[in-house]
Amino acid sequence: MAKIIFTPNIQRHVLCPEAEVSGGSVREALDNAFAANPQARSYVLDDQAALRRHMTIFVDGRAIRDRVRLSDPVTAGSTIYVFQALSGG
Amino acid sequence: MSDTILISTRKGLFWVERKNGGWDIVQTDFLGDNVSLTLTDPRSGRHFAALDHGHFGVKMHRSTPKGWEEIAAPAYPPKPDGLEENDMWGRPLAWSTARIWALQAGGADEPGVLWCGTLPGGLFRSTNHGDSWEMIRPLWDHPKRKQWMGGGADLPGIHSILVDPRDSKRVWIAVSTGGIWFTEDSGASWAQRGEGMRAEYVSPELTHDPSAQDVHCLAQCPAAPHRMWVQHHNGIFVSSDEGKTFKEITGVEPSTFGFPVVVHPRDPDTAWFVPEIKDEKRIPRNGRLVVTRTRDGGGSFDILTKGLPQQHAYDIVYRHALALDATGDRLAFGSTTGGLWVSEDQGDRWINVAYTLPPIYAVRFV
Repeated sequence: MAKIIFTPNIQRHVLCPEAEVSGGSVREALDNAFAANPQARSYVLDDQAALRRHMTIFVDGRAIRDRVRLSDPVTAGSTIYVFQALSGG
Repeated sequence: MSDTILISTRKGLFWVERKNGGWDIVQTDFLGDNVSLTLTDPRSGRHFAALDHGHFGVKMHRSTPKGWEEIAAPAYPPKPDGLEENDMWGRPLAWSTARIWALQAGGADEPGVLWCGTLPGGLFRSTNHGDSWEMIRPLWDHPKRKQWMGGGADLPGIHSILVDPRDSKRVWIAVSTGGIWFTEDSGASWAQRGEGMRAEYVSPELTHDPSAQDVHCLAQCPAAPHRMWVQHHNGIFVSSDEGKTFKEITGVEPSTFGFPVVVHPRDPDTAWFVPEIKDEKRIPRNGRLVVTRTRDGGGSFDILTKGLPQQHAYDIVYRHALALDATGDRLAFGSTTGGLWVSEDQGDRWINVAYTLPPIYAVRFV
């Protein structure tokens, strides 16, 4: 199971507690996280299920490259951080 | 007669009420958040608030007896794989709600129906008080929709929605920039309206093309729905045939440039505007904030100034930031520099409610 941690800034709109999620990619990990917390989904992903323009995700210290399909790999020991990007918004 | 006004601002929602002969802010909601628009549904009494959280996207909230609840926001359908669609700047057009720019209740005979206009041009309808939204695909899939351009923003958007008080299936929308569109079957089919408007900002071949018109705001007289008023990017236009044809109103001082228009609920000849100098100089003329009013269908205009700042005022009033109550006597407007004014006598005199609110996007009587 990977660990997923959401930015504190999102918490005042929708509670997103740290969670343990399964999945081999960022997409699968997020889908599993949002299955238990569906309201949070639209705060992170846009209408096409791509990462919102002013959000960013780090897996084990690296910003993901595929912001559309979210195909970056995740392993059982990974830590995923969902942050606001330091731009616009 | 309405004693309550909802003020949507860059930094929260403000409730203003008439108390002891004056108007005061009595409540704040969503403080610190960007509230772009509200709707009070006259059939249910419920309030709706559109929020734009920037990083976290556009959201919709609905009032309950216990406070606000987040409900579904209109969401675009999946973009087909391989479909290439660019905006006017040549960038891929994202099929995603960028802003909620119009909220309108359906007719009295369809209690759960709400309409919602968005950037980048999607129109949505709910039949269950906003629990869910369905995109009106016949409009989105219309070949001319792809010709819509940005106007008030980089992306095109639907900012005005009018439901015919005689027949709820008949709906007009206005687009910045894409002119006026009309359906008489609740959105199943659409036709362009707005012959007679004129665009100064396109090549001469397109000047009179109805789809090239940058309608800033479209308003209709509820008691005489054939009469429509348009505040356009380069003028004021009026229609007496439900928007099929328009004639231009010229010679209005201090200007015919502006964003909002409201029309009296029973007198189709009476309408109000808030003028700015012109497109490339969006400030009140000579620093004097004024409202203009016609009572004779555009033949003449009063320039209303009593109670409004008459020197060094640089307020812009956006298209949703001028409101008229159901009696046609009370008006309110708010500005980009946080000024808020109310009139109880059709604009003859104005009462200042605030000078220091955040930038005001929308003003609505409850």
